[in-house]
Amino acid sequence: MFDRRLLQNFDWILLLLLILIATVSVVNLYSATYPIISEGSSPIFLKQIYWFLIGFAVLLVMTTFDYHHLERLAYPGYLLSLALLALVFVVGDVRSGSQRWLSFGGISFQPSELIKITLVVSLAEFFNEHGQVNEYRLRDLWQPFLIVAVPCILIAKEPDLGTALTIAIVCFSMILFAKVKWRSLLILFLVAIAAAPFVWGNLKEYQQKRVLTFLSPDMDPLGAGYHINQSKIAIGSGLFWGKGYLKGTQTRLHFLPEQHTDFAFSVLAEEWGFVGSTVLLLLYLLLMLWGINIARNSRDRFGSLIALGIVAMVFWQLVINVSMTTGLLPVVGIPFIMLSYGGSSIVSTSAAMGLLMSISMRRFMFQ
Amino acid sequence: MRSPNFDPLSAEIFGRRLKLVTLLVTAVFVALVLRLWLLQIVRGPAYRIQSENNRIHLQDISPFRGLIFDRHGELLVDNRPSFDMFIIPEDIQNRSQILRSLEVLIGIDPEYVSERLEKESAKYPFKPALVKRNLSAEELAVVETHAFNLAGVMIQVKPQRHYIHREFASHLIGYLGEISESQLNSGRYPDSKPGDLIGRYGVERSWEKHLRGLRGGEQVEVDAAGRKLRIISRKPPVPGQNITLTIDKDLQLLAEKALEGKKGAVVAIDPNNGEILAMASAPAFDPNLFIGGIGRSDWVRIISDKEYPLQNRAISGQYPPGSIFKIVVALAGLEEETIDPQEEIFCNGIYTLGNRSYRCWRKQGHGKISLHRALVESCDVYFYKMGKRLGVDKIAQYAEMCGLGRRTGFELGSEKEGLIPTSDWKLKRWGVAWQAGETISMAIGQSFTLVTPLQMAMLIGAVFGDGALYQPKVIKSVEKDGNGIYRFSPTVTGRIAAAPQNMALIRDALIGVVREPTGTGTKARVKGITVAGKTGTAQVIALEKEKPGEKPEEIPSEFMDHAWFVAVAPSDKPAIALAVLVENGGHGGSAAAPIAKELIKAYLQKRSLGSKVASFS
Repeated sequence: MFDRRLLQNFDWILLLLLILIATVSVVNLYSATYPIISEGSSPIFLKQIYWFLIGFAVLLVMTTFDYHHLERLAYPGYLLSLALLALVFVVGDVRSGSQRWLSFGGISFQPSELIKITLVVSLAEFFNEHGQVNEYRLRDLWQPFLIVAVPCILIAKEPDLGTALTIAIVCFSMILFAKVKWRSLLILFLVAIAAAPFVWGNLKEYQQKRVLTFLSPDMDPLGAGYHINQSKIAIGSGLFWGKGYLKGTQTRLHFLPEQHTDFAFSVLAEEWGFVGSTVLLLLYLLLMLWGINIARNSRDRFGSLIALGIVAMVFWQLVINVSMTTGLLPVVGIPFIMLSYGGSSIVSTSAAMGLLMSISMRRFMFQ
Repeated sequence: MRSPNFDPLSAEIFGRRLKLVTLLVTAVFVALVLRLWLLQIVRGPAYRIQSENNRIHLQDISPFRGLIFDRHGELLVDNRPSFDMFIIPEDIQNRSQILRSLEVLIGIDPEYVSERLEKESAKYPFKPALVKRNLSAEELAVVETHAFNLAGVMIQVKPQRHYIHREFASHLIGYLGEISESQLNSGRYPDSKPGDLIGRYGVERSWEKHLRGLRGGEQVEVDAAGRKLRIISRKPPVPGQNITLTIDKDLQLLAEKALEGKKGAVVAIDPNNGEILAMASAPAFDPNLFIGGIGRSDWVRIISDKEYPLQNRAISGQYPPGSIFKIVVALAGLEEETIDPQEEIFCNGIYTLGNRSYRCWRKQGHGKISLHRALVESCDVYFYKMGKRLGVDKIAQYAEMCGLGRRTGFELGSEKEGLIPTSDWKLKRWGVAWQAGETISMAIGQSFTLVTPLQMAMLIGAVFGDGALYQPKVIKSVEKDGNGIYRFSPTVTGRIAAAPQNMALIRDALIGVVREPTGTGTKARVKGITVAGKTGTAQVIALEKEKPGEKPEEIPSEFMDHAWFVAVAPSDKPAIALAVLVENGGHGGSAAAPIAKELIKAYLQKRSLGSKVASFS
C-alpha cells in the first residue's frame, strides 16, 4: 500500500501552515488564560499542546490512509457517528445547560465534531455516485438533504444551535458547489423564508435574546449585549500594533467572556492589533486557497469534493467566529477553528486536515 | 478502485467553479479585514478609551475637614476614621435576601435601606449608596465575616467629624448634615456629591468653604468583577483649613457647667475688641448625633424638644432686659439733662400715674434717693420718674445708640434684633397711641422692650470701654498650610457718644452695684478685682397682675422671672464683659450674679497666670 511517491509528494506547505497556526494558538492561549495576580500559567495552554500532538498523530494516520477507501466507509461511518450523536441524549454529560458530550473512560468528546467529517465524506460520496454533469433538481437532492437534516436537528436539540447551523451551511455550500438548478434554489430560498417564523418560535428564549441583542446591542448592555460590546472594545482598542503580548487589559482583567474558546480571536486582536489579526486571517486564507488548490489538482471527483467540503468547514467556522467577535453576527458559540481551545475540535480538524493531505499527496496517482 | 477519473469536461467545469470559490473566499477575507480596519483603525481610539474606562475606576478620597481650635490652640473638633457601609445597587443579586441578612446581622431597618437604594439606584446604579455610617467594631466584624454572602455590600473608611467635647459650644461650632438635593443643584457646592456632609449650622456652616478642603481621587485598576488590583494614579485630597476660635475652652466649659440643668445663656466677650470668649446656651445638643445620618428618633427628640436645644439663646433668645435697661435710661437722662445726679427723689415703694400705681421691687421703698444709689440698689420708682421725664422716644433714641433694637452683626448670623419700641412703632404695629404708663414700664426694662444676651454683653462692654460698640466675632484665625489667611481684626459698628463725666458717673454706680453693701450684685464680688455689674429681673408676667401677698416661690416655674446679670472686670482696665441670663431663674442678683462671679474669677486668674508665664519666657 505505502508508496515512496507519497513521501515525495508530501504536502510540506500544508504542514507548515498548520504548524504556524497551531503555534499561534498555543501562544495566544497562554495569554488568554494568564492569571491576573498570581504568577505562573494555567494548565489550559499545556492541554492545548497535548491536543495538538494528538491531532498531529491523527493527521499522520489520515495521511497514510488512502482516502479512496472512504468511498466504501462513508455511509457506515456516517451511521456510526449518527448513532453516537443519538447516544448523547441518553448518556451524554450535561455541561452548562446543554448535552453535547460523550465520555469514554477519562476522555470526553463531542460527536457533533465527528459528524462534521463523516457528513462531508458522505456528501462527497453521494455526488461522486450521482456524478451527473448537469444541474441537480430538488427531487435529485432529497437524499443529501435527509443526510444533513437528521444530524443537524439532533445537534440543534442538544441544544447547540451554532454548530447545527454551521454544519448545515457547510453542507449546503457543498450541495451548491455540486450545482443546483436556479429554480430549485429559488424554491429553497422561499421555503427557508416561510420556515423562519416557525424556527424562531422553536428557539429557546436565550437564543432569541441573542439574536435580538445582536440587532441592537445597546438594548441590554449588561446582559447578552455585554459580550458583544466587550469583544468589540477588546478588538478595537488593539489599534494598529496592539497592546502587546500579555498586555491586553480586556483579556487580563476578564472583561472578555469565554476568552480561551469563543473569543480567542478577540484576545489576539487586542494584543497584536490590526497587524496581528490580519496576519492570522492571512494564514487561514492561505490554508483555504491551498485547500482549493488541492481540490483542483485532485485526480478524482470524490477527493475534490472532500477537499472542497473541508475548505468550506474552515471557511464558515472562521467567518462565523470572526463575524461574531467583531459584532457582525449574534453570539452563537462557534469557536475559532484551531485557534480556540477545544480537544474534540482539534482532533476532528486534524482528521480533516489529514484527509486533505491524503488527497494532496495522491494527486499524481493514477489508478 | 472504482472511483472514476475526471473526464475533461467535468474537470473544466470544476475548475471554473473552484475559481469562483477562490474569488468568494478572497472577497470575504477582504471584507473581514475591512471590518477589522473599521474597528481597530477608524473606531480604534474610541474603543481604546472605552477599554481604559472599563478597567479604571475613579475613587474619591474624602479630604480631612479643617480642625477647630480654641483661642489657646486646644483642639476642639477633629476627624476620626469611620467605617461606612455602602451597597452598590447594580451588584446585588437578591435584594430582599441582602436586606434580611443586614437586618439580622446588624439590625438595620430594611425599609430604610430599601428607601436609600431606590433613591440612588434610579440615578446612579453603579455608585455605592451609603447605607450606614460609622459601623461599630462589632458590626464591622459581623459584616466582614459574612462578606461572602453579602455581594454588593462594601465597607469604606472615611474620615468622620468628631466633636471631642460633645455638647461643647455646640451652638457656635454647629453640626454637619447630608447635603440636600436643592443645595446640590444650587451650584454653591461645586465640589460636592450626593451623600456628602456639609456644615449646616454655626461655624461649620459659615466657614464651610474653608473647612471642607478639596476632594482627592484615585485611579484604580479593577477587573471585570470589580476587584481592586492596583492604584494607577492618585491625586491627594487637600485638607480643609484649620480654624482657631476666639473661644476660651476653660471659660466655655465653666459657663456650660454653670448652666447645667437650667435654661439660659452666657456670653463673655473681650470688651476691647469684640472677641467672644464664651457663648453658652442651655440646653445644648451633641453634634456627633447628626453625623451618622442622625437616627430618626434622635432627630425627632431634638426638634420637638419644648426647650429648643437647637436655639442659640445667646443670640436669638429675646428677653425683656429688666433693670439692666436702667443703664440706658440713666445715660439718656444725664445726656438730656433731665437727670441731675445730685437730685434726690423720694421712693415710698409705689409710684402712681393716673389711676394706676407702679411698685418698686422694694416694697418698703428706698426713701430719699439720687442717681448713684438708684442704680446701685436698682430703685424702680426713681427710674419711673426719670423715664416719664424723658418720654418713650428719647429713651428709644439712646437705646438705639447703645446698639439695642438692631443686630450686633454677630459673625455667624441667625441673630435676632430684639425690640426697642417708639411711639410711631406702637401706632403702626398696634394702631393705638403710646400710653404714658407704657413709658413707666419701659424705664425699668419691661413693656415691649426685648434684648438678646449678646446685646447686653456688648452694652456693658461699651460702657466700660471707650464707648465703641464692636461687632462680636468668634473666628480668631484661619490657617492654610500653616499660613494665616484670615486674622481677627476688630470692627466698630457704633459708638455710645456721651459726655465723659456722664459715663464716669454711670461706671461708678455700676461698680457700686457689686462693691457697696446695699448693691444688688454683691454676689458677683471677686476678691482682689473690681467687678462692675448690673442685675436685672425680667418679668414673665406683668407686674400689675401679680396678686399682692403672693410669694415668688408659689409661682409655677414657667412664670418665674428671668434672672439677668451683666458684668465687666476689672473695672479700670476691662478684660472681660459678660451677660448671664437664667430663664425663670428668679432674681438676677441671686441666680445670675454668682455665675458671672465664677467666670470672671476663673478667667482673670488664668489670664494673670498666662501673662506671668509669658513674662518668664
